Amino acid sequence: MSFSAVNILGTMPEIYLTFFGCILLILETMIPKEKRSWLAYFTIIALVFAMVASIGLNGKGLPLYSGLYIVDPFSNFFKIIIYIAAIITILFSLPYLDQEDIHLGEYYAFILFSVVGMMVMVSAGDLITLFLGIELMSLCFYVLVGLKRDDNRSVEASFKYFLLGSFTAAIFLFGISFLYGAAGTETISGLAGFISNPGTLKPMVMVGMILTLVGFTFKVSAVPFHMWTPDVYEGAPTVVTGFMATAGKIAAFAVFLRVFWVAFSGNRHDWDILIILVSILSMAVGNIVAIMQTNLKRMLAYSSIGHAGYALMALLLPNRESLFALLFYVFTYMFMTVGAFGVILMMRKKGVEGEEIEDFVGLSKRHPIAALVMLIFMFSLAGIPPFGGFLAKFYIFFAVVHAGYTWLAVVGIIFAAIGAYYYLKVVMAMYMKEPNGSVVFHSSLMGRIALALTAGTTVILGVYPAPFVAYIKSSLALFIP
Amino acid sequence: MLPYLLIPLLPFAGFLLVGIFWPYFRGKGHWITVPLVTLSWVFSVRAFMMTLNGPPVHFVLYDWIHSGHFDVSISLMVDHLTATMLVMVSTVSALTHLYTVGYMKDDSGYDRFFAYISLFTFSMDMLLLSDNLLELFIFWEAVGFCSYILIAHWYERKPSWVAANEAFIMNRVGDFGFLLGIFLTYSVFGTLDYQSIFRLIPSHLNDTVQAFSAFHVTTPYSVITVIALLLFVGAVGKSAQLPLHTWLPNAIEGPTPISALIHAATMVTAGIFMIARLSPIYNASPAALHVVAWTGAVTAIVAATIALTQRDIKKIVAYSTMSQLGYMVMACGIGAYGAGIFHLLTHGFFKALLFLGAGSVIHSLSGEQDVFRMGGLSKYMKITFVTMLLGALALSGIPPFAGFYSKDLILSMAFHDGAFGHILWMIGIVTAALTAFYTFRLVFMVFSGKERFSHDGHHGHAPHESPLVMTIPLLVLSLGAIFGGVVGEHYDIVSFLSQNMTVPHFAVRAELSDSTLKLISVVAGGIGIALAYLFYGRPSNIPELLARGFRPFFKLSQNKWYFEEIYDHVFTRPTIFISFLMWKELDKGVIDMAVNGVASLCQNSGATLKRLQTGQLQNYALVMALGLFGMVSLFLFMK
Amino acid sequence: MFSQSHPEHYVPIFLFLLVAVGFGAVSLTVGKLIRPKNPYKDKNAPYECGVPPINDARERFSVRYYVIAMLFLVFDVEVVFLYPWAVDFDRLGLFGLVEMMIFIFILLVGYVYAWKKEALEWD
Repeated sequence: MSFSAVNILGTMPEIYLTFFGCILLILETMIPKEKRSWLAYFTIIALVFAMVASIGLNGKGLPLYSGLYIVDPFSNFFKIIIYIAAIITILFSLPYLDQEDIHLGEYYAFILFSVVGMMVMVSAGDLITLFLGIELMSLCFYVLVGLKRDDNRSVEASFKYFLLGSFTAAIFLFGISFLYGAAGTETISGLAGFISNPGTLKPMVMVGMILTLVGFTFKVSAVPFHMWTPDVYEGAPTVVTGFMATAGKIAAFAVFLRVFWVAFSGNRHDWDILIILVSILSMAVGNIVAIMQTNLKRMLAYSSIGHAGYALMALLLPNRESLFALLFYVFTYMFMTVGAFGVILMMRKKGVEGEEIEDFVGLSKRHPIAALVMLIFMFSLAGIPPFGGFLAKFYIFFAVVHAGYTWLAVVGIIFAAIGAYYYLKVVMAMYMKEPNGSVVFHSSLMGRIALALTAGTTVILGVYPAPFVAYIKSSLALFIP
Repeated sequence: MLPYLLIPLLPFAGFLLVGIFWPYFRGKGHWITVPLVTLSWVFSVRAFMMTLNGPPVHFVLYDWIHSGHFDVSISLMVDHLTATMLVMVSTVSALTHLYTVGYMKDDSGYDRFFAYISLFTFSMDMLLLSDNLLELFIFWEAVGFCSYILIAHWYERKPSWVAANEAFIMNRVGDFGFLLGIFLTYSVFGTLDYQSIFRLIPSHLNDTVQAFSAFHVTTPYSVITVIALLLFVGAVGKSAQLPLHTWLPNAIEGPTPISALIHAATMVTAGIFMIARLSPIYNASPAALHVVAWTGAVTAIVAATIALTQRDIKKIVAYSTMSQLGYMVMACGIGAYGAGIFHLLTHGFFKALLFLGAGSVIHSLSGEQDVFRMGGLSKYMKITFVTMLLGALALSGIPPFAGFYSKDLILSMAFHDGAFGHILWMIGIVTAALTAFYTFRLVFMVFSGKERFSHDGHHGHAPHESPLVMTIPLLVLSLGAIFGGVVGEHYDIVSFLSQNMTVPHFAVRAELSDSTLKLISVVAGGIGIALAYLFYGRPSNIPELLARGFRPFFKLSQNKWYFEEIYDHVFTRPTIFISFLMWKELDKGVIDMAVNGVASLCQNSGATLKRLQTGQLQNYALVMALGLFGMVSLFLFMK
Repeated sequence: MFSQSHPEHYVPIFLFLLVAVGFGAVSLTVGKLIRPKNPYKDKNAPYECGVPPINDARERFSVRYYVIAMLFLVFDVEVVFLYPWAVDFDRLGLFGLVEMMIFIFILLVGYVYAWKKEALEWD
C-alpha cells in the first residue's frame, strides 16, 4: 500500500472527527465539571468543520483505498444528514444531561466516534469496511444506551442491545464469509460482477445474502429483528434514543441500499419477496403495537419500526424515483423524529422525564408553543399535509406504485391510516383534555433553537420543499443503471 | 415578482410573528399586524396599477410536488380579475384590522385574533393569486379553516362553537363536491393548471361520462357539465347558496369584524371568484350555467324574504349578504361574469360597511343585537348613522350609490338573457324591492323612533359613538359605497375585468330600453324604502296587522323557510337517530364483530404482539433466529 | 454441495494439529515424569501471590481487576502491531513511520485518559 494524498483528502472528514474525538477525551479530563458545556460547543464546532469538509468533497465520485471506500454524492448526502442529527442531538443534550446527572465528557466523544462509524458505513465500498463501521457505531451506542448507570432500565437496555447486537454481528459476518467463499471478493462492485452470474454457487450466495439481510434489518429495526428496539429506545437516555433512531437507522438504510442495489442487483427477484415480507411485517407490527403503548418513547420506538417498513418499500425497484423517495424520506424522518424525542426530553416531572402520554395531557393550555411543536411532529409522522411527512410518504407510495407494486402501496396506506390513530392520540391528549399533574416543559436556549430548527424544517419540507428536492436530486448521481 | 409575492407574505409574516409569540404581546398584537396588512394593501394597489395596461403576470415560485406525471407547482397569476379583487380584499382587510383594535379591546384573545385574521388575509390573497386548481383548493380549505377558528373565537360560548361546527361541516359537504370536481378534472385533462385546462377544453367538449350506470341509467352526461357542476357544489357551500346556506346567518356568532371581513366581503365571494376564474369551463356547458343562474336567483329571493322579519341586526345583514351573493351567482350563470364581479366589489365595500356599522351599534349598546330593543340612536352616534345610511342606500340600489350601478347591470344583463331572462329579471326586481324594504326597516328601527333600549343595562350611561379606530374604517368604506359604482361605470370596469374571459354575446332586446330597466329597478327600490318608512319609520301598527293577516307567510319568513328545521329532521336527527340505533343495537351485536372488530383486532393483536415483547433476552434471540430460519426456508421452498 | 473439494489441501492443517497436540502431550508427560514432587499448602493455593483465597473462588471480583486487565490488553496488543512494523521498517519507509506515529498517538490518548481518570491507581 502506498501513501496517496487523494485517499487522505477524501477521508478528511472522518479523520477530522476521529482527531476531535481523541482531543475531546483528553480535554474531558482537564475541564472542570461545571464547564462541561464547553465540550458540547467544541463538538458542534467539530461537526461543522466536518460538514464543511464533506460539502467541499461533494460531487466527486471517488473510490478510495483501492475501492474499499467510496466518497460520492450519495454518501455525502447521508453524512450531512448524520452531522445535522448529531448537532441537533448535542443541542438537545445540554440541559438534559445535567438534569439526568449523566453529564460525562465521554458522551461527546462517543457521539463523535459513532458518527465516524456511520460515516464509514455509508462510504463503505467493501463488506469488511462496512462491518468495521457498523461495529464502531454499535460499540458507541452500547455505551451511550447504558449512560444512566444508576437506572436499571438503561443498564438492561444496554446489555440487551449489546448481546443481540453481537449475535447479529456474528450472523452478518457469517454471511460475509459465505459471500467471500463464493465470490472470492468482498468489494461491493466485485460482488456485483459475480452475483449477476453465480453459476452453481447460487445457493451459497443466497445464504450469504440472507445472513447479511439479517444484519441490516436488525440495524434498521425491521420485523422480525426489531425485538430490541422498544426496550432499548425506552431505556436509553432520550437524547441517545433520538440519535439512534435517526442517524443510526439512516446510516443503516444507506448501506442496506448500497449493498442490495449494487452488489445484489443481479438477483433482485430473489430478494424482493423478502423485502416485501419484512416491510409489510414491520408496518403491521410497528403500527398496531404502537396503539397499545402508554409510554411515548416506546410508542415512538414502534412508530420507527413502522417507518422502517415504509422506507423499505422504496428498496424494491432500483431506479432514480425510488432513490429520491428514500432520500427524501430519511431526510424528513430525521427532522421529525429527533424533534419529537427532543420535546419528550424537555418534559420534566419531579426530577424525571415526562415520557408517558399521560404527561402530555393538556399541554396546549400550559405551554402552547411546546404543544404546537409536538403537534407538528405528530402530524408529520402521521403523514398529514402540509407537513414534510406527508410528502415523504407520498413520494414513497408513488414510487412503489410506479414500480408495479400498487397492492403494496395500498397496504402501506392502510397501515398509515391505522398509524395516524396513535399519533393523533397524543395530539388529542395535548389539546382536548384539561391539564393535570405536575409536568413542566423545561427548555433551554439551545433546546429551543434545536426545536425551532427541527419543527421549522418539518414544516418547510411540506410547504416549500423545492430547495431540499433540488439538493437531494443532486445527490442521486451514483450507481443507478 | 417580489412586489406581488409580498401581498400575501406580509400578512403571513404578521401571522407568524403574532401567532408564535402571542403570549408576549399582551394586547399589542396590532402594532405588528396592522402596519403589515396596510403595507400589503399598498402592494396590491401597486399590482393593480402594474396590470392595468399589461398582460396577465404568471410566475412559478417552485414545484411543490414533482413526481412522474403528477406535477404541482406553487405559482402566482395576476390578471385584472385577481388584481381588482386583491385591492378589494386588502382594503377591507386593512380596515377590519384597524376596526378590530377598537372592537376587540379588552378581549382575552386579542392577539390570537389578530394572528388569525392575518392568516385569513394571507390565505384569501393566495386563493386569489392561485394558478392551478390544487393551489386554489388548498387555500379554499385554508380560508374555511380560518373562518372556523374565527367564528369559534369565543369558544367558551356554546352558540359560537355550534355555529363554527355548522359552518365547517356545511362547507365540507360543498368541498367534497369541489374535490370530486378536481379529481375529475385531473383525470380528464391530466393537469390542474388553469391555462392548460382552458387550452384543452375544446378537445373534450364532446366527451361524456356514464354517471349512475349502476342504476341502469344510461344517459351520457357531458363531462364538462359534470365537472362544472361538481365545482359549483363547492361554490354553493362557500358562497352560502341554497341549499347549503344555513351556516352563513349563524356565523354571525363570531365577532363582528369577522362577519364583515370573512362572511360579507371576502371569503363568501370565493365561490363567485372561482366561477369567474373558471369561466371557460362554465361557458362550455350551457346546462351548468342554467343551474348556476337559477340557484343564484332562488337564493336571492329566498334570502330576501327571510331578512324581512328577522330581529337580530347582524342576522338581517347576513341574510342580505346571502341574497346579494345570489345576485352575483345569477350574474355568473347568465355569463355576465364581469357584472357579477363588479357587484362583488361594490358589495364588498358597502356590506363590510353595514356589518362594521352594525358592530359599532352593538358595541355602543354593550352587546345588544335585537333591533326591537334599539331605536333613536341617530342622535347618539352620528357617524355610524350617516355611514350606515349610505351603506343602506347603496344596498337598496338607489342612484348614485355603488349598488345601483352594479345591481342594475346584472338585472339588465338578465333581462337580455335567453329563454328565462325575463323570469330571472322579475325575480331580481322583486328581490331589489324586498332588499330596500328590509334594509330601511333596519335603519328606521335602529336609528329613529323611540329609544327602546334600557339604560340601566348599559352601565347606566347613554349609548356613545364608537372610538376613532372604529369610525375611520366606516368613513373610508362609505367612500367606497358612494363612489365605487360611479367610478366602476366610468372606467368600464366590466370589460376591464373580462380580460381573458370570453363573455357570451348578448343580443340586446328592443322591448324595453336600458334606461327604462334602470327606472324600473330604482322605482322598485323606492317603493321598498317608502313601505319601510310607512311601516317602521313612524309609529304604526301595520306590521302587526300584516303579520296577523298573513300569518303563514310571516311564519315562513321568520322561521327562515324552515330550512334548519328541515335539515334537522332530514339529516341531523336521522343521523343522530341512526347513530343512536347503531350505538344501542348494532354496537352490541354486529359492530362488535365487524367495524369495532377491526379496531379491536388491531388492539388485540397489538396486545398479543405486545405480550411477545417479554423483555426476556432469550425470547428476543429466539424470535430473531426464527426469523432467520423462516427467511432461509422461504427461499428454499420458493426456489 | 459447494465447489469442488480438494481434501489434499487440508493435509498440512491436519499435520499441524497433530504436532500441536503431540507437543503438549509429550511435554506434560515428560514433566510429570522427571520433576520432583513436594506439595505443601501454600503451593497448592490458587494464587501463590496476591489475595489469599478464603472461600469459594466463584465470587465477584473487584472491578479494579477488570480495569487493569483491560489496560493490559490494550497496551499489550499494541506490541503485536509494533513488531511486524519493526521487522519491515525499511520497506515500509516514511508511510509506515507516519502510520505508526498515528497509532501510537491514539494509544497515547488512551494512556492519558486512563491516567487522568486515575485508572492506574489502585484506590
